Amino acid sequence: MFRAALRASVSGARSLTRARPQYTASVAARSYSHGKQETDEEFDARWVTYFSKPDIDAWELRKGMNTLIGYDLVPEPKILEAALKACRRLDDLASAIRILEAVKDKSGPHKEIYPYVIQELLPTLSELGIPTPEELGIDKA
Amino acid sequence: MLHLTAGRVGGLLSRRGVAAFSASSVKMASHGHGDVTEQADMSVPMYWDRLDTPLPDRPYQDTLSDADKSLKQKEKGPWNNLSKEEKLALYRMMFKESFAEMKKPTGEWKTVVGGIFFFIGFTGLVVLWQRYFVYPPHPRTFDDEWQAKQVQRMLDMRVNPVEGFSAKWDYEKGQWK
Repeated sequence: MFRAALRASVSGARSLTRARPQYTASVAARSYSHGKQETDEEFDARWVTYFSKPDIDAWELRKGMNTLIGYDLVPEPKILEAALKACRRLDDLASAIRILEAVKDKSGPHKEIYPYVIQELLPTLSELGIPTPEELGIDKA
Repeated sequence: MLHLTAGRVGGLLSRRGVAAFSASSVKMASHGHGDVTEQADMSVPMYWDRLDTPLPDRPYQDTLSDADKSLKQKEKGPWNNLSKEEKLALYRMMFKESFAEMKKPTGEWKTVVGGIFFFIGFTGLVVLWQRYFVYPPHPRTFDDEWQAKQVQRMLDMRVNPVEGFSAKWDYEKGQWK
């Protein structure tokens, strides 16, 4: 996840190092002082599974995306890929584009995250025919 | 949000709050000319543009023209078959403002700063008017002539002769040191 990048910027570093965060922003959103903490991989896997549900409905897509964007992190490309494929199953191109916009916004000042994510998602984007916001010209007001 | 608050207050005042809320659209029946705009129906899913909620509860355009409907049908097929304009049209059907448009600076700060300066200026005028029309005339002890005589008297009395007032006066030469 890219929450490490936020921490790294606080300490002044500019690289995308994947340091272990002190606590995980899991669904319960509590910092446990004991008990099993969810790892980054488990978090990612859980969300990929969520979006990969074959009969996901529009509400679940919206709920999932809005919740995911609420977390203090930029979602991994594999989660986004699952979400975009869910949009495809729901015949919702507009939401797919919106998801990409939201990722760019979530990156905040870290301008290198969004191009990286797009690069990782390029196979999926071209396969499904999803344009990037830049291609449509909606990245400029 | 603002409209709802106004509606709620109006509802309480009119004592027909129950009637106001039970209707499908929350229009203020009692307050006649009060509400100029119709209040949003908050009992059904609403649309909003928010950075932290990218996918709102409903699409922006809920009534689609026939052209739009046929485009929606085309959306069910491969998206590679859609032209760029069609993809843009689908986006605009679903959403009102893009993220870039949401984040656009409003220039509101200019209004705020301008307003601040305007009201400070206005206050300045009020203070000036006060000076001429409200304050009584100066006491005579403020006149230059009186002040000069007062200084002379203080020097004659040797006020603070060691380190203060009179210490700074050169009595031989009759001038300030």
